Amino acid sequence: MKSGSDPDFLFSPGDRVRVRKAAPLGHVRTPFYIRGYAGVVERVCGAFPNPEELAQQRDGLPAQPLYRVRFLQKEVWPGYRGNPADALELEVFQHWLEEQ
Amino acid sequence: MKDLGTYRPLDYFQLMEVSLRELLVEKGVVTEDAIAAAMAAMRARGPERGAAMAARAWLDPAYKARMLADGSQAAEELGFEVPGLRLIVMENTPRTHNVIVCTLCSCYPRMLLGLPPEWYKSKPYRSRVVREPRKVLAEFGLKVSPKVAIRVHDSNADMRYMVLPMRPAGTGGWSEERLAGLVTRDCLIGVAVPKIPKTPQTRKS
Repeated sequence: MKSGSDPDFLFSPGDRVRVRKAAPLGHVRTPFYIRGYAGVVERVCGAFPNPEELAQQRDGLPAQPLYRVRFLQKEVWPGYRGNPADALELEVFQHWLEEQ
Repeated sequence: MKDLGTYRPLDYFQLMEVSLRELLVEKGVVTEDAIAAAMAAMRARGPERGAAMAARAWLDPAYKARMLADGSQAAEELGFEVPGLRLIVMENTPRTHNVIVCTLCSCYPRMLLGLPPEWYKSKPYRSRVVREPRKVLAEFGLKVSPKVAIRVHDSNADMRYMVLPMRPAGTGGWSEERLAGLVTRDCLIGVAVPKIPKTPQTRKS
């Protein structure tokens, strides 16, 4: 049994995930440029109060799992030139991620 | 005498700041002196703390391992208080170069690097470094070999980042302090790499 304050971490390092393509109103910390793209979980950062709730002056609880996700540049920007391993790493909250 | 500058009407956010500050002072929450002292301390802070961490990591592999595992703890180990900071240190290697940005605003480990430079907060840097990092780095004078992979780290949520640059060749036997002197702010952001300054030529008259 999990305690009430311990959120469920659905993903682990190495998991392939996709950022939801959504456009909710309000304060969101998932940049537009990465929505809809797939990457690999680089690490689990922990659980943090949900910034979308904090911006509404609520407590942001339960805390949401936050992951660092690595995206390949060539998969994000059409025509990207550089090393094929060039990457972008972003922090994405779990509710923005879908299993890939 | 106090420098009063040129008169310009306050904009919306400046007015908000002044109103809030005056209220806090009036209600005795803070004093004008405390605010002035905090601002002076913030302005005076440079990247020395970050540079000290990098130099220690170059000399002490065990410290480096701890730093890569938990950046904030490694800062505190050197006596730098970083309350609330969740620092991730990204290590440059012969195969990987790291660079930091915050595309959503200007998140930056101020406690370790001081105030961010203006360009770090500018829209051109924030929007371009994520999509054409090689070009942006070249504009900073840093040509990254196509054989080296570039990783751009967007501090878009709760973590903050610092780059651990590679120790330059030719620094064997250098003291920690001398090594730290090579680590500039830009090296810790990842738009530069440490260089040994050329020995000034003795002038011949």
